Amino acid sequence: MQKTKKRIKSSMGSKIFTVFNSLFMIAFVVITLYPVLNTVAMSFNDGIDAVRGGIYLWPRKFAIKNYQTVLAMENLITGAKITVARTVIGTVSSLVVNALLAYVVSRKRFMFKSQLSLFWVITMYVNGGLIPVFMLYKNLGLTGTFWVYVVPGMISAWNMLVMRTYMLGLPDSLEESAQLDGAGYMTIFIKIISPLCKPVYATVVLFVAVGQWNSWFDAMLYNRMKTEYTTLQYELMKLLSSVMQQSGSAASASERGSAAAAITPLTIRAAATVVTMLPIICLYPFLQRYFVTGLTIGGVKE
Amino acid sequence: MAQGAVKAKKDRKITWKEIKRQKTLLIISFFVTVYGIIFYYWPLTGWIMAFQNYKPAKGILGSQFVGLDKFKFLFEDATFLRVIRNTFCMGALNLLTTTIMAILFAVLLNEIRSTMAKKMVQTISYLPHFLSWIIVTGILHDALSSTGIINDLLLRANIIDQAINFFAYPKYFWPIVAFANCWKETGWNAIIYLSAITAIDPSLYEAASIDGASRLQKIRYITLPGIKPTIMILLLMNIGNVLNAGFEVQYILGNGLVKSVSDTIDIYVLKWGISQNDFSLGTAAGIFKSVVSIALIVICNYLAKRAGEERLF
Repeated sequence: MQKTKKRIKSSMGSKIFTVFNSLFMIAFVVITLYPVLNTVAMSFNDGIDAVRGGIYLWPRKFAIKNYQTVLAMENLITGAKITVARTVIGTVSSLVVNALLAYVVSRKRFMFKSQLSLFWVITMYVNGGLIPVFMLYKNLGLTGTFWVYVVPGMISAWNMLVMRTYMLGLPDSLEESAQLDGAGYMTIFIKIISPLCKPVYATVVLFVAVGQWNSWFDAMLYNRMKTEYTTLQYELMKLLSSVMQQSGSAASASERGSAAAAITPLTIRAAATVVTMLPIICLYPFLQRYFVTGLTIGGVKE
Repeated sequence: MAQGAVKAKKDRKITWKEIKRQKTLLIISFFVTVYGIIFYYWPLTGWIMAFQNYKPAKGILGSQFVGLDKFKFLFEDATFLRVIRNTFCMGALNLLTTTIMAILFAVLLNEIRSTMAKKMVQTISYLPHFLSWIIVTGILHDALSSTGIINDLLLRANIIDQAINFFAYPKYFWPIVAFANCWKETGWNAIIYLSAITAIDPSLYEAASIDGASRLQKIRYITLPGIKPTIMILLLMNIGNVLNAGFEVQYILGNGLVKSVSDTIDIYVLKWGISQNDFSLGTAAGIFKSVVSIALIVICNYLAKRAGEERLF
């Protein structure tokens, strides 16, 4: 009798828990998605109308003018081209170099494997800081060029360690038998290790590519004067700061109904934001399993 | 055991035969080491600038040494002291809130029975991580603007009777930054906790069920203790980054009205070093940050060791 009562009580508790848990998750999803969807709605709304506020998930006065404006902005187009170029070139070069380094330090026979690992682990904790790095790039002639996006960040200790951990997990016998067949280290890397490392390569590609796509600080710091090397995110940042400067006076501008406010940077920025995040939003759900494995390996590294 | 040690020693012996055998590996090592020295170690020589009155025209070799003058200036500068406080407080607040949110989210997500719902929520939760800080701050700016959703809801609920300009008051700034970090990283940070939860022995839960434990009790006595080592390791790893966690949001959202709470060490370095061209002062501030970060890691590691918890090294 008492036992049944207890069970009913516990199942009641369980139900209450389920309800609260579901509410929490719904709130979480709404808070995560709403701002993104709101930006999409804004991007399709008429500029002046948007200043009044009150746009939630659907445009009130539909317009595609924002996108026309965005796609006609020369600096944004340049930014997009440079961003695509740095993402592709930066990711490929970074993958090749990091993979080679990870391969070297994961060879059990290699005479300097621990020294070389330590050499790179230290770079995770000690760095020269902004000013010395800035001066270095300047002295190397990297500032004011496209290569400042690609060359400096090519090797990342963290990505290297993730790959090393994965390679250490592969059986030694693979290498040994290939060596018996007369294969050199390079052949083993290309023909045997790399095909097995596809999952971890995908993880690193994802991390590097997202980092390249999203970075803006290097464009601002090293290529501020070089408009031909601007990036999408940096252009977006400029739009954002102009919105923030105007946001105080925007309301009064719309009351005056000035022609200049016909398309406010608010909706333009929304359109540019949508263009910038679209590729990522479309791609990331399919790459989930790669970054989950990558993070799990990274989390237990060392 | 002894045999293994002997074998390891034999492997480590450097002979010409081995060098020839490992030629490819050595060549690769040589190039990456040169690269590493140039891009990661060489900038450390720039630290000399912090002890000089560095003039670009004279270079590091020709500039006058001033000892610790630049550091003295820093610590007598009220702005720098405020900047340290801001960086540290925001970093700590971010670390605390993002960690708690990630654990909460991971634990609660794990309690969802439907695999499809779980998968969907998790996929959505990753989304903000992939957006740049520019996009995130832009979105946040929209939500908090006078016509944004937050003011809209507060007005409708009659909590306020006039829209608040959240970016004009210093008291809102730190919570906004903490919220931005939580919004962006909760789902992402939860990945590791979720994988730690799946590693917990299921028989523990079964045994607890038989004993009549409620779901909350199972979370309290099985799940949380089960992921405690992971929590400790991640906290340790991130404490060293506390001073790094303050640049992008603060730089973009900071304005004249909230400068006293929004400026961080990195922004200070940028302002003095790049805009004012005082390389020495900028470098000194950067060194301070690096040294404190490393000290934090070492101290936390030591404390963790003493408490018998997991540690980094």
